[in-house]
Amino acid sequence: MSKFLNSVIAATLLASPVAAEKFGLGRAALPEEIAAWDLDVSPDGTGLPAGSGNAIDGDELFAEHCAICHGDFAEGVDNWPKLAGGMDTLDHEDPLKTVGSYWPYLSTAFDYVRRSMPFGNAQSLSDDDVYAITAYILYSNDLIDDDFELSKDTFFDVEMPNADGFIIDDRAETEYAVFTEACMTDCKDSVEITMRALVLDVTPEEEGAEEAAAEPVVEVAAVVEETPAEPEVVAAAFDAELAAKGEKVFRKCKACHQVGEGASNKTGPVLNGVVGASIGHIEDFRYSKVFGQMKDDGMVWDEANLSAFLAKPKAFAKGTKMSFAGLRKDSEIAAVIEYLKQFQ
Amino acid sequence: MTVSFKNGKASRRQFLTGAAAAGAGTVAASVAKAAGDPLITEKQVWAQATGDGVDATPYGLPIEFESDVVRRNVEWLTADTISSINFTPIHALDGTITPQGCAFERHHSGAIEMRKEDYRLMINGLVDTPLVFTYEDLERFPRENHVYFCECAANTGMEWAGAQLNGAQFTHGMIHNMEYTGVPLRTLLNEAGIQTEGKWVYVEGADASSNGRSIPLEKALDDVLVAFKANGEALRKEHGYPVRLVVPGWEGNMWVKWLRRIEVTNQAVESREETSKYTDTLADGTSRKWTWVMDAKSVVTSPSPQAPIKHGKGPLVITGLAWSGRGAITRVDVSIDGGKNWQEARLGAPGSKGAMSRFYLDINWDGQEMFLQSRAHDDTGYVQPTKTQLRDVRGLNSIYHNNCIQTWWVRSNGEAENVEIS
Repeated sequence: MSKFLNSVIAATLLASPVAAEKFGLGRAALPEEIAAWDLDVSPDGTGLPAGSGNAIDGDELFAEHCAICHGDFAEGVDNWPKLAGGMDTLDHEDPLKTVGSYWPYLSTAFDYVRRSMPFGNAQSLSDDDVYAITAYILYSNDLIDDDFELSKDTFFDVEMPNADGFIIDDRAETEYAVFTEACMTDCKDSVEITMRALVLDVTPEEEGAEEAAAEPVVEVAAVVEETPAEPEVVAAAFDAELAAKGEKVFRKCKACHQVGEGASNKTGPVLNGVVGASIGHIEDFRYSKVFGQMKDDGMVWDEANLSAFLAKPKAFAKGTKMSFAGLRKDSEIAAVIEYLKQFQ
Repeated sequence: MTVSFKNGKASRRQFLTGAAAAGAGTVAASVAKAAGDPLITEKQVWAQATGDGVDATPYGLPIEFESDVVRRNVEWLTADTISSINFTPIHALDGTITPQGCAFERHHSGAIEMRKEDYRLMINGLVDTPLVFTYEDLERFPRENHVYFCECAANTGMEWAGAQLNGAQFTHGMIHNMEYTGVPLRTLLNEAGIQTEGKWVYVEGADASSNGRSIPLEKALDDVLVAFKANGEALRKEHGYPVRLVVPGWEGNMWVKWLRRIEVTNQAVESREETSKYTDTLADGTSRKWTWVMDAKSVVTSPSPQAPIKHGKGPLVITGLAWSGRGAITRVDVSIDGGKNWQEARLGAPGSKGAMSRFYLDINWDGQEMFLQSRAHDDTGYVQPTKTQLRDVRGLNSIYHNNCIQTWWVRSNGEAENVEIS
């Protein structure tokens, strides 16, 4: 036993790494691989690509790719971020923090649009488009003229209003030195309630949340059980397995569309009953003009129209505000339509 | 994407399951009736028939009776649920380790599905040899185990301007504490060879949000882990499967999930998440940046609004959690009278840097109302401040890093409410 232990210890000592030892694992990254992933842009302009754009072009691009969440004038829709306005509000109650009023570096805005936007279709814009959209955001904040050509060369002609608004973490001086006392007895005379959460009443109801989470699963399971009883009829009308796949695909749509019990219009219209409905059937939703035209023409969301729209939204409905690029696979389109059929 | 920390409109009445069910006099179970407790005197089905076989549950979930111990989200906080956050049910847990299945989630573009076979980690920038690792490569480096808490910088952020959400899950549930297995980041950086101009690393995720943060090289070489297991098993999808970064003691946003790239740089990238978000605006309108460390904090998890006292007066276990990003928890004080008087609670185990501690105060409750508070101390000598102390320094617009002392108003019927007191 002790011999065994000794040999284990000896082996461990031999194998334990010294600080600078390399293991020879991994492989060299290729230049084209680094180029594909290393997209970040730093405050001094490191990483800025070639290309340019102005707010006139950016206006159109913004309407197409961004306005559905951020509003036509970058003013924000619902709870989605406002990108413009809020100048001189940072010391007010509820300051409005936008690219114009708060962001210290223009590189951050360019970098974020290029790497992370549009939401649900990231890294789909060309560098020229990113310059133009960034210019439009600056223009919306009254920071440049609409014909200002933003590029690597003009990037630092733009002054960000809150560039000097930040200090490095100073808690060591302002807080750590102060928060050291711990009184144990008779620390104060009286205790009065100054605010109550129940009066404000914004806490989610737990039971409601559980019901909402549980219900769709139950519905699908019920359908599965029924299938063997009447195979021909049910299989033709509804394919539960396909619908379950469609539920996964629908995640791509969820950012803007709700479906099911309690669903309501969000950035996009509620999708209850959409399969087979006339196009533009939700009365209190503000559709893009093209859908109003289709409605007047008596067009219906049958499976053929839905499939065409979901494959290439902008080709099917020219001018739609829906920023989604479309589903690539026919199997995904069929699945998501099957999923939507449940909510009639 | 955008988290707004104040609800514009008060919406609906709330009935928390626990609070609704609570009430004085629910002590029947402990009083044997004359004929005896039928659970004892009558044969029960579980004592006669057989239960599930070993093949019934290849991977077990909690029993159905615990179905209320789940993550919950607050709908009005965010525009949608894909770029959003939910909360750990800390009011219903004990000990210190958070089970993965109910540990809070924060995504910026949703939780993605990536196979280990498709995983690649790149190290580039100011290094001698830019490298690419596969998942299998990571498994061949010497690895370590550490227990650390991961707290979102916005935890308790909704409470800056006043008591808002009624439950420890909602006020303090943007946190989890797990045992991580992973490779020290310094080992991987050493493999690539850091050049002398390198001062920072920029870490980036593989999801569509491309979430990235700058970390000073000193921290990267200290205790940061490239982790692939939590609590002994693979990371869950929602926590970054197959690989996430663990940045002990620092705000959760830096714990990049689906970690795909580490770039050694000579400056901070100042990405969206480290400028427009996760910066702390002070009363005069200037904002602190690089406020990475999570200061000492604690909360009583039971009794609390979602965990009321149901047994009436007598022996009562007051318990909660304490943690500090700067050191080990050395002591937690508890007050039952709103901070007039304090007594030292018992720690479940000695504190460990960057990990959660569990505390207990076992009292004989007289059935009178209480204003329950807890106050953490860490080994730097720091004492958790009151909300007033924090507001005096920062004002009301700080949003992030709210580590104030929390007050629960426990009434004589055992129900509890989130309140602010003088």
